[in-house]
Amino acid sequence: MSTKRPKSTTTTSKGKDKKADESSAGSVAGSGHPNDILPLTLTSATQELFGCRCDEDVTGDNPYKILRKEDIVQDMRMRAAVSDFSPMKQLVLDYPEDELLLVYDRDFIYGSSFYLVLTADAKERHLKVIEVALEREPSEVFAAQKTSEPQPWISLGSEQEIEEESVTDSRPRLKYRISRVRREFGAPIFFSDRNAMETKDGFIECTPYQDKNFSLKQMERHTGVQTIPNLKSSSTQTQWTYPRSMCTQYEPREFSEEKKENCLQSEKLKNFVNSVASRFEIAIQQNEIMDVFFDDWKALSEEDSGYGRKADPHLKEYQSFTDLHFSKEKTISNINWHPTINGVIAVAVTERLSFEDRINGSTKLLLNPSLILFWSFSDPINPQLLLECPDDVFSFEFCPSDPNIIVGGCMNGQVVLWDISTHVEQLQGTRTSGGKNIAANTNALRENETPVVRYCAVSGIENGHKAPITDIQWLPGTFEVSRMGVPMENKNGICVQIVTCAPDCCVMFWDIRAPRVLQTMADQRKQKVEEKPLENPHGVPNTFKHLDLTWKPLIRVQHISYCKTRLQLVLSTTFCPQDGELVYTDWKLEKDNDSGRLFSAKPSHRFIIHDGQVNTVRRSPFFKDIILTVGGWTFAIWKEGVTNGPIIQSSCSQKKCTVGYWSQSRPAVLFIGKEDGNIDVWDLLEKTHEPSQTQNITATQITCIKPWIVSSKQHLLAVSDHLGTLHILEIPWTLRSPSSNEKLSMSKYFEKEVDRLVYFEKRREMRAKEKKDYEAEELRKKTYLISHQPVIFIIGTLKL
Amino acid sequence: MAEVEETLKRIQTHKGVIGTIVVNAEGIPIRTTLDNSTTVQYAGLLHQLTMKARSTVRDLDPQNDLTFLRIRPKKHEIMVAPDKEYLLIVIQNPSE
Repeated sequence: MSTKRPKSTTTTSKGKDKKADESSAGSVAGSGHPNDILPLTLTSATQELFGCRCDEDVTGDNPYKILRKEDIVQDMRMRAAVSDFSPMKQLVLDYPEDELLLVYDRDFIYGSSFYLVLTADAKERHLKVIEVALEREPSEVFAAQKTSEPQPWISLGSEQEIEEESVTDSRPRLKYRISRVRREFGAPIFFSDRNAMETKDGFIECTPYQDKNFSLKQMERHTGVQTIPNLKSSSTQTQWTYPRSMCTQYEPREFSEEKKENCLQSEKLKNFVNSVASRFEIAIQQNEIMDVFFDDWKALSEEDSGYGRKADPHLKEYQSFTDLHFSKEKTISNINWHPTINGVIAVAVTERLSFEDRINGSTKLLLNPSLILFWSFSDPINPQLLLECPDDVFSFEFCPSDPNIIVGGCMNGQVVLWDISTHVEQLQGTRTSGGKNIAANTNALRENETPVVRYCAVSGIENGHKAPITDIQWLPGTFEVSRMGVPMENKNGICVQIVTCAPDCCVMFWDIRAPRVLQTMADQRKQKVEEKPLENPHGVPNTFKHLDLTWKPLIRVQHISYCKTRLQLVLSTTFCPQDGELVYTDWKLEKDNDSGRLFSAKPSHRFIIHDGQVNTVRRSPFFKDIILTVGGWTFAIWKEGVTNGPIIQSSCSQKKCTVGYWSQSRPAVLFIGKEDGNIDVWDLLEKTHEPSQTQNITATQITCIKPWIVSSKQHLLAVSDHLGTLHILEIPWTLRSPSSNEKLSMSKYFEKEVDRLVYFEKRREMRAKEKKDYEAEELRKKTYLISHQPVIFIIGTLKL
Repeated sequence: MAEVEETLKRIQTHKGVIGTIVVNAEGIPIRTTLDNSTTVQYAGLLHQLTMKARSTVRDLDPQNDLTFLRIRPKKHEIMVAPDKEYLLIVIQNPSE
């Protein structure tokens, strides 16, 4: 507990005029200064008396002044009420020690200029501070050694708590006195039983009760709910068989030779054969006599209808297409039927100008873009689709594996690719709609304009041919050619390579796949740069973007002096005819040992048969090794492997033959187009010295013939002429249905012709030999005669 | 042996006959005029067919038995004569 009242003493001093501060005797709450000091104001007289004048004896730095208690007391006695110390007289008197501390309060911290320290502790403290301040520097060690002294206890209110807790008597203790009669002490004790249940309060029971604390019902519960579809779990056990590579190889059982011999020798076999042989003989003879399964009635009808019908062996005009707008001054150079869509045919339209005219009118030509027109049977007036070409296209082909891709060869030597997949539905749709305006798919273009498809890739001009590309073929899908010219199997099954030929003595192989990484980085970068800005203008599909403008041929086969006009592909060789010559070559590239460059082998055979440019080389669809060539005024049929010459050659006709084609359904029939617009139908089994029939189709030269089988009842022949008109003719029954055994007869015929050739060759050789022998003989004879001639002297006789 | 040869030769030289094969009861060819692969193929297949045909005939009438089987494909005719232990196959082209 803190001191309630500080034991304050004030000293009185009588004589001396000391200034002393009074430290207050009140509690802390009273005056705002600690209890053990008393603010005091001293007059100047007191100050002089006690020697604590302001700013002279005591300063801010040295505010402490020790006053003797006796001096203060004396002062108080002497001046009584006047003395500054009089209010604290009692305090000074009570002060235990002899000396009091007076502190000069310069800043009036406690409200007066001086204050008197009332307790000894405080004085000590102050003194300590003084000492510390005075002796700070030298005596820091001293300061540490000072032990703390017990301070008087300051009450902070805890004694009240203890008082509360302590047990004290609140009232005086009560006393009780109890007594009992004496005789009852020590009496015997009798116990009896009593039923606790009888009396009311016999026992106190602690009945169990349901404590409500433990039967709390949870009224609220915070939980989440999720709905899921019905789940059903079930399990099954499967037998895990893991695949294992295994193979089995078997071969049929056979007897060894000995065993066979044994068997043959056995008796049983003999008996068997004897018994069975007779049956066989009967059966075989039956077969020889007549063929029981041969339907004579059907065969009869075939031959008869030739006579019975009013057989019109002529080709009937089915439809004809001309476009006034696009094919006005032009001619058609090539026709192709669409391989999958029925009734759609594409024609390549080119300018009908000679070379000079072309040069003269080149500016005009630039304005008229070259086109490939797509015609559909449903619409004879408007073409269905137009393919735009950079230049006149002389030949184009549909890709056999993907009929949406069309490749064409231009007059300037470029190879062009189109992708018409976006317009295919339209082409197909026109077939069914028949030209009516159907509300669904209203394509605004379709009703008024024909859509134009721009080419999606074109080869670079410097990479292509230097002359017009005259023929272009797709390599079959099972087949591809590597860079070295070695044919390899194409695993994809889609056609990816193209062969082109041109009169610049080059045959090029092109690949439409993206070029492989073999290309240098520079090329690739260049390509990429090219591709970016060409961001699909004209809505062209990006199918061949990788090829556009940078397409290079895969292989270039150069023949030194031969120009090419037509190509027909065989697995490893090509027939390349040019001006009348037919060249048979193997295009595998070989390495020249001297220069290390790759070049193609020399052509293996050359034939000069036709008097004019060979314009058609076609394989027969029935015989894989029979080839038809048409050129000049004749046509010839060749067989591969027979290198002596054509097995059949026609006689010269009156007019030039411009184009030829085998019939698709009859092995013996071929169609030849003439310069005067006639079509000659040759039936080789009927006549070989002249066409079996001739029919005039148009007034000008026929430029292309292509037959097409629409159905078993309808075979069509597309014929294009020089004026740009496309005629579709229907092949009559006589010309489309093969006679019985036609193929067999034809093959026999060809064999006969081959034999003939061989025979002729032999004969020629024989004749040559004979001739040589004969000449030698003659020579010998002559020399003999000369040497053995009897010398006949003619002596002139003189008649004398 | 010579007899057997002779008979078979006689059959072989008939007009239109392409080949003859003698097969034993298990389908193993004993004597043939065709090449090996064709022979093996014919023997195996026709053997099975003959067994089937025979069992069919006997199912229909147990007293009955197959004596001769003629199969007429488009291109030629195949004749098979079964026996207890052997099979004789002849292929002929009748339409020539």
